Amino acid sequence: MFHFEVVTKWIDTFLMSNLPEWLALTIEFVLIGILILSAYAVLALILILAERKICAYFQCRLGPNRVGAWGVLQPIADMFKILLKEIITLNRADNRLFRLASFLVIIASLLTFGALPFDKGLHAIDFNVGVFYLLAVSALGVVGIVLAGWASNSKYTMIGAMRSGAQLISYELSCALSLMTIVMLSGTMQLSQIVEQQANMWFIFKGGIPAFIAFVIYLIAGHAETNRGPFDLPEAESELTAGYHTEYSGITFGFFYLAEYLNMFIIAAIATTMFLGAWQPLHIPGLDGFNMVMDYIPPVLWFFAKTFFCVFIALWVRWSFPRLRIDQLLRLEWKILMPIALANIVLMALWILVF
Amino acid sequence: MNNKLEQIFSQIPSAEISNKENIYTIYVSKENLRRSAEILRNNDILDFDFLRDIIGMDYTDSFGVTYNLSPSDDLTIIVLLKSTTTDREKPAFDTVIDLWESAPFYEREVHDFFGIRFLGNEDMRRIFLRQDWRGYPLRKDYDNSPIINPVPKDNENLDDMENLPVLDLEDLGKPKKSVFDKDEYVVNFGPQHPATHGVLHLRISLDGETVKKVDPNFGYIHRGIEKMCEAYTYPQILHLADRLDYLSGSINRHAVCMAVEKGLELEVPQRAQYVRTIIDELTRIASHLLGWGAMALDMGAITAFVYGMRDREKIMDIFEQTCGGRLMANYAVIGGLMADIHPEFQKKVKEFIPYMRKMLKEHHILFTGNPIARGRMDGVGYLSREQAISIGATGPVGRSSGWSCDLRKHAPYAAYDKVNFTELLRTDGMTFDRYHIRLDEIEESLKIIEQLIDNIPEGDYCAKTKAVIKLPEGDYIQRVENARGDFSVYINSRGDKFPYRVKFRSPSMVLVNVLKHITPGTKISDLIMLGGSLDYVIPCIDR
Repeated sequence: MFHFEVVTKWIDTFLMSNLPEWLALTIEFVLIGILILSAYAVLALILILAERKICAYFQCRLGPNRVGAWGVLQPIADMFKILLKEIITLNRADNRLFRLASFLVIIASLLTFGALPFDKGLHAIDFNVGVFYLLAVSALGVVGIVLAGWASNSKYTMIGAMRSGAQLISYELSCALSLMTIVMLSGTMQLSQIVEQQANMWFIFKGGIPAFIAFVIYLIAGHAETNRGPFDLPEAESELTAGYHTEYSGITFGFFYLAEYLNMFIIAAIATTMFLGAWQPLHIPGLDGFNMVMDYIPPVLWFFAKTFFCVFIALWVRWSFPRLRIDQLLRLEWKILMPIALANIVLMALWILVF
Repeated sequence: MNNKLEQIFSQIPSAEISNKENIYTIYVSKENLRRSAEILRNNDILDFDFLRDIIGMDYTDSFGVTYNLSPSDDLTIIVLLKSTTTDREKPAFDTVIDLWESAPFYEREVHDFFGIRFLGNEDMRRIFLRQDWRGYPLRKDYDNSPIINPVPKDNENLDDMENLPVLDLEDLGKPKKSVFDKDEYVVNFGPQHPATHGVLHLRISLDGETVKKVDPNFGYIHRGIEKMCEAYTYPQILHLADRLDYLSGSINRHAVCMAVEKGLELEVPQRAQYVRTIIDELTRIASHLLGWGAMALDMGAITAFVYGMRDREKIMDIFEQTCGGRLMANYAVIGGLMADIHPEFQKKVKEFIPYMRKMLKEHHILFTGNPIARGRMDGVGYLSREQAISIGATGPVGRSSGWSCDLRKHAPYAAYDKVNFTELLRTDGMTFDRYHIRLDEIEESLKIIEQLIDNIPEGDYCAKTKAVIKLPEGDYIQRVENARGDFSVYINSRGDKFPYRVKFRSPSMVLVNVLKHITPGTKISDLIMLGGSLDYVIPCIDR
């Protein structure tokens, strides 16, 4: 197996041996920052194209097919369009908060993105409370959304923001509880160790029934956290025109747009990390020949394949279902998902005891 | 005249009654109007509980109103209750808003166009024109000079969006009254909004997510079609009819053609009758498909909308081939059809029928059986049969509340008396019923087309008409069942080549009235979904 660790370790030792420590560290920080930002942007472009193509095929259409072969350059054209658009300042809005909101949303999304274990050694932030960090940072985005709704000084955005506040805070619970189920199984909150433990078998198999239940709950709750259909109430197009980001234009809107797509990726990536073994290849104990073959596929590819599988499920759901109503949305969380998630924790404890 | 009607009419004081083909015209004096309306509405023999329309008239020396009434149990009977007033300064009649729930909008419309006040109805705001419009356009002495009502050339403040509407009660000697309280959270839905199906403006008062009150505001696409008709010849009017309810354009045009043909006593060739019926039913399928898709879109299911549009495209292709137009087919003309059918018309339609049946099954799997869709639709938006009749909600909405109001059955026209089909009725009156009945009606329409498509008789496709069409003096009424319900054309002719007065009864306008009645207490999302389930078309309301 080829790990990126080789490359990153080599750069690290090369810099450390030739430069003073503070300078080496600064250069490394800057490098990582640039890498993460560019990966973030490139992934967003890929995701936008993927969504447009996949949803087109769901709807018996062709999707973008004019800019470049199969429309591959379409998102880049869209990006330039959005960069060149005027940023409209509102007359009666609180402009400082208005601007701040879009940055808050994208910062929260970027911070979460940095903690994803793409490969061994390709993992920027690895705390010993990694899961905790993920949950805390991803919940920051809601501040930006509520602020956007409030600062726009419009009735539509206000309704969108209130919906968003209620929805994100509620679904955060199920998300956290289902991740806790896995933390119980692994006994650690450090992401790198969680991934290490899945080397012989992914947690979704190792944890049996409770892990599977947790996986499904996480997918639903995580999907709701990304504000995408059927949980797209905060920006319900047919009801609130565009919800909390109605008044944004140009790149300030682009930030919301980007964050939405990347959040979808992040939720899928966390599901991959916690349940599907992150970059670990599919191993079945006892089948050594099979495991050998699987090891030839690079780990980064494994990570992205699994993540895009989860993204595909999210897209499939989004383009098939109508939207929920706000009371149904909250009932689903507080009366169905959360009790199941709580019971699931007990089940997991029993599972660990028995097996 | 049958016995029942005689009994009722005998109670009306000093009435002049005339009868022509089941249309009874009753003239009463202005003082007796209210009393006569009460007798027709509240009697034990035959309750005239369906107020189809209120038609304002300017007879140059006097103003008149005509109430177009029918009993909900027997739609073959039409009663035109007429009255006039010679007061040209401050014309006024007594209101009937307490008798029929459909009356408030109609009275506002008559007031808007003729300046006739209805005593007892406080809400006499303009309904289509701007609140500051000077003059009443459908009066014969109306001055349309642009000096009186200049076309604004600069950006204006959005008066109707920023300020809450106020009822001007100075005529009644009362102070002005606001429609909403000062501290209500009022949101403007529309005129530019993704889910209002056009330029409808709803002012809704919210309590959190719950809708407290809805105040519709029309007129953003008002083109003055009824006024234009008075200066157009009959063949020209046909083109305006297409542009009312653009989704059932062919059916509306058919109605105007039949009204004129009635006046000319013209025999329309059988071939034309059959083809007109097939085109009408294809239009209905196309409209229902779009209605289904738009409702799904309002609930957030974009894919369903695209599927609906995809199937509708097949019908549009058939129209393009045979009629030349797609959305505006412009196919029926006075006396028959614009042109003969395309040689491939029958083949294309026969291919379409099994395709549509297959797709209907798919639509049910995709959306009807979807648990989220069912959860959204169940238990919301109840419209009782009595209320449906009183508001005058015809078409699929009325039938889903259990009111048998299909004019193809009750007053058959064209080839509808030669085919077998069932009038679908549902009894619950819920959102789900309104949703489901449209898909079921597509199936019924397919059955009608199936029976006609192989039996189109040979012969002429159009009867010969004179170069200049003049209707003899009199009133001509033609009702048709368009995709949204009872679409009626009223033509008053003075023997000229232009009509004296034309009135189109819009089935969509009453549907907005339904929305106003059933939404209080529901959520914002429900308001949008209910709008989709009623499936109104705004250009038909605004005319």
